[in-house]
Amino acid sequence: MKESPNLDYIEELSGGDKAFKDKLISIIKKEFPQEEAIYKTNLAAKNYSEVASNVHKIKHKISILGLLNSYELAEKYEHELLENNAGLQEEFEAILAKIKLFLEQL
Amino acid sequence: MNCIVIDDEETARVIISQLCHHVDEIDILEEFPNAIQAIKFLNQNEVDLIFLDIHMPDFTGFDFIETIKNPPKIILTTSDSNFAIQAFEYDCIVDYLVKPITQERFEKAIKKAKSNTSNVKKGEDKVETASGNDLYVNIDRRLIKIDIPSIYLIEAKGDYINIKTEDKNYTVHSTLKKIEDKLPESIFLKVHRSFIINFNKIIDIEDNSVLIKKDVIPVSRSKRPELMKRLNLL
Repeated sequence: MKESPNLDYIEELSGGDKAFKDKLISIIKKEFPQEEAIYKTNLAAKNYSEVASNVHKIKHKISILGLLNSYELAEKYEHELLENNAGLQEEFEAILAKIKLFLEQL
Repeated sequence: MNCIVIDDEETARVIISQLCHHVDEIDILEEFPNAIQAIKFLNQNEVDLIFLDIHMPDFTGFDFIETIKNPPKIILTTSDSNFAIQAFEYDCIVDYLVKPITQERFEKAIKKAKSNTSNVKKGEDKVETASGNDLYVNIDRRLIKIDIPSIYLIEAKGDYINIKTEDKNYTVHSTLKKIEDKLPESIFLKVHRSFIINFNKIIDIEDNSVLIKKDVIPVSRSKRPELMKRLNLL
């Protein structure tokens, strides 16, 4: 799954409006760690339906950052969590780590 | 068009505002992180269009639609394409946008919302002539066409309705009220809280019941005067 986060969608959406671009990135940088923390808390509690819901929410950011394959994996993980199966946890968390690193460098 | 945005994710709300920014005649009045706050706002303000996220904690987008009276037009925004079929069940939903939403797709949805306004008005004029129309029902993720005049009976069964036609019966997840609104008043009458009948299919009427095909259907005391009024009595 060799793909890297990118700002293509955000650039297109902003249409050259730097203020909007900065605002959106700043909100993503604020929200992502919060969503990740809630995900980890629910996962530790094995509250899988809530974890699925958290993954669902994070999926939007995965897609905004252009990670198409990762989005598919997240979708699969979300549905498997609803069946109490967290088998894709490691792969999903690798995506989160990739996003975290990318956001830190912005 | 006056709009509001309901989404628990700030990122999504900001993106929708930006998408609206590039469209004429769209004004975002307010943004809400949950549906409850939006309901309070709707009680005091007139809104033409709502951008509504489905997946929200505690109170989902569908819960919201079921709660508000006379919902305005709604464009669903979601990260999950699996709800598209369910969205067909609500007349107020004019489009379904899967995130991340592009400007091009967004503008298409706005066009639908605007043209839908005129369709609704035309539809109101055509209620009485709608008897020749077809009705589409959602069964196992398929939209199945039913010829309206062939329906002779509709029965409410819990969260479902059973639609009986000349050829086949259909069990659909819906309510009697929803289907009643789709049927021409000139042919159909709700004779009981659980039954809608097709006038043209009545075989006989006896006291507080009507015989339709082989089904004996109770008639509520409150509905009997309306039933008798509409019969062509000799």
